[in-house]
Amino acid sequence: MEPILKINNLKVCFDTDGGLAKAVDGIDLEITKGATLGLVGESGCGKSVTCLSILRLIPSPPGRITGGEILYRGMNLLALPDRDMQRIRGNDIGMIFQEPMTSLNPVFTIGDQIKEVIMLHQQKTSSEAEELTIRILDKVGIPSPEVRIRAYPHQMSGGMKQRVMIAMALSCNPEILIADEPTTALDVTIQAQILELMQSLQDESGMSILLVTHDLGVVAGMASHVAIMYASRIVESGSVGDIFSNPRHPYTLGLFSSIPVTGKRGGDLYVIPGSVPDPLSFPEGCKFRPRCLFAAEQCTAEEPPLREIEEGHKAACHFSKTIDKYVWKEKTKTASFLISDEQHG
Amino acid sequence: MLSFTVRSFFQKLVTLFFISIISFLVVYLAPGKPSQIDPLNPKFTPEDLVRYRKEFNLDKPLYVQYYLYYRNLFSGQLKSWKDNQPVMDKIKERVMNSLWLFLVGTLITWSLSFPVGISAALRRGSFFDRFSTFIAYVLISIPGFFFAYILIELVVRAFNVPVIGMYTFGMAKADFIYRVMDRIWHMVLPSILMALGGIALLSRYVRAQMLEIIHQDYIRTAMAKGLSADVVYYKHGLRNALLPFVTMFGLILPGLIGGSVIIESIFAWPGIGRMAFEAILARDYPVILTINFISAVLVLAGTFISDLLYMVVDPRIRL
Ligand SMILES: Nc1ncnc2c1ncn2[C@@H]1O[C@H](COP(=O)(O)OP(=O)(O)OP(=O)(O)O)[C@@H](O)[C@H]1O
Ligand code: SF4
Ligand SMILES: [Mg+2]
Repeated sequence: MEPILKINNLKVCFDTDGGLAKAVDGIDLEITKGATLGLVGESGCGKSVTCLSILRLIPSPPGRITGGEILYRGMNLLALPDRDMQRIRGNDIGMIFQEPMTSLNPVFTIGDQIKEVIMLHQQKTSSEAEELTIRILDKVGIPSPEVRIRAYPHQMSGGMKQRVMIAMALSCNPEILIADEPTTALDVTIQAQILELMQSLQDESGMSILLVTHDLGVVAGMASHVAIMYASRIVESGSVGDIFSNPRHPYTLGLFSSIPVTGKRGGDLYVIPGSVPDPLSFPEGCKFRPRCLFAAEQCTAEEPPLREIEEGHKAACHFSKTIDKYVWKEKTKTASFLISDEQHG
Repeated sequence: MLSFTVRSFFQKLVTLFFISIISFLVVYLAPGKPSQIDPLNPKFTPEDLVRYRKEFNLDKPLYVQYYLYYRNLFSGQLKSWKDNQPVMDKIKERVMNSLWLFLVGTLITWSLSFPVGISAALRRGSFFDRFSTFIAYVLISIPGFFFAYILIELVVRAFNVPVIGMYTFGMAKADFIYRVMDRIWHMVLPSILMALGGIALLSRYVRAQMLEIIHQDYIRTAMAKGLSADVVYYKHGLRNALLPFVTMFGLILPGLIGGSVIIESIFAWPGIGRMAFEAILARDYPVILTINFISAVLVLAGTFISDLLYMVVDPRIRL
């Protein structure tokens, strides 16, 4: 299917005290119409920066989009005049954020905040917009919405606020919803409810979702496609089937073997050695090299590009053609890489 | 909200009562007595002293004096010891004089500080930002009186207009338009001087506040909705950035009395600040105490107004 959003070679830098931080360093992404793309990666790898770039919301200074293009229906969003970009924000592309507690304006009622976006993008009178607001609040599961529209954000719980954020992002029926770790700040039970809500709203409207998370379980449940991000780059991408049953990048393989499998006792857990590099001091060549079990000379010399290894499945490793889960198992057999069940159980 | 208002009002009344006692005691316990014999004045005999003390109730116990003083204050019978004029009339006239300076000065301060502070914050690091920062620090560092003399020099030389006092003597018969212009010329320097220090401080504060607000998550949310930058900053940003200034707005009221002593002295402006200063030197207790009392009322009224305003603008404080 044809992608509704296509990111080519996007580069974003931040001027920091320590120098230029390449927060996003040439990434490619594709979101298929009506589908959900899960963007997974450790903290600080550049997920939020990627999301904000799509709506051109990178705080500047210190941030700057230094290259690439973001194609939405064939238009390059990065080349759009401000006015046209404003028409796309909230209307064609909605976004919800990691921190529902602080993402709503404390001095306006939630009703006014949703109404504002409806009246901005649609020709509606105030009372029509209010009616619509009530309807959408009802849809995202806010009890007695006709009363709650007069509530202020501080009168609601985190989960309720995130529902309000979803209502706000979806009030103009956008084609794409960008959800940047929508549940990270919420209780586990609320997390499931919010994800379920997003899923059912998607089934109803057919929108596409870019779902950022660092929970592979969430991806498995929600997404049809996955992109794994590491140190400002996409290291592997493909369908959920490709990534989950046939991971080909050492980082992806490491991620999967570091998750405990429920119900399966006695299995050993892998810990990826070392830690995520800082954008100010990325290693030469492949950025995963210092933590990689397969690192070879070539890995220092050149950074591997994101290449297709099979139809729709890409990986950025010089040896992806030969590395797979069987090779991985062989390699990690030696107990020194693993913590045994007793230790983590 | 109503109960909060009523409760807050009565709290202020109780506070005022205690302030009245303390300010009374402070004035009376301060060294020096209004009736002290001037040893160099041969006409002032010990008999006179006794007569004076009796006349002004100074021979009575303190609590009686307190009672008499506040009774006279509220019944409007309080007289200045210096010239035997009713205190309230004297103060009224002086307050009216100060009020002009205060209003114009405050207006200049607030109407300049906000645009300057906001623009500096929105264009952080720009030439305008650095320039306004520099000017603000210059204004903060130069003492007001020093600055006043420089300005007087410049203005008098450049425009050849009188700037001392409230108006030029002998102008009473001039045309209305000349009199108005004369008053305005006299007002320009003192009110600008009153405003300058305020602008320097307030614009810095506005800038800091606005900078903090525009990095909040909800500003990003507003941007993500597709609102234009102006709407984001001036509706979503400013509304939040203004909250602390609402409190300050009530607190500028007492500045009517205390804020202008130096400026009024330099410009021979017959205002209330100067009057208070002179009354203290002359140990004119009724005037001192009345001005104290009015200051206290202004402070309490100011905080009361702030509380109410805060409730109106910040939904989190509604009770
Ligand atoms: N405002 C900023 N100023 C300077 N550097 C920034 C800023 N925002 C992001 N960065 C840089 O971009 C990198 C990626 O940040 P980003 O917020 O995208 O991480 P993330 O993947 O979303 O992490 P998390 O899971 O913690 O949300 C950071 O390591 C940081 O160096
Ligand atoms: S390129 Fe080399 S270092 Fe990088 S992931 Fe592949 S094997 Fe490891
Ligand atoms: Mg993030």
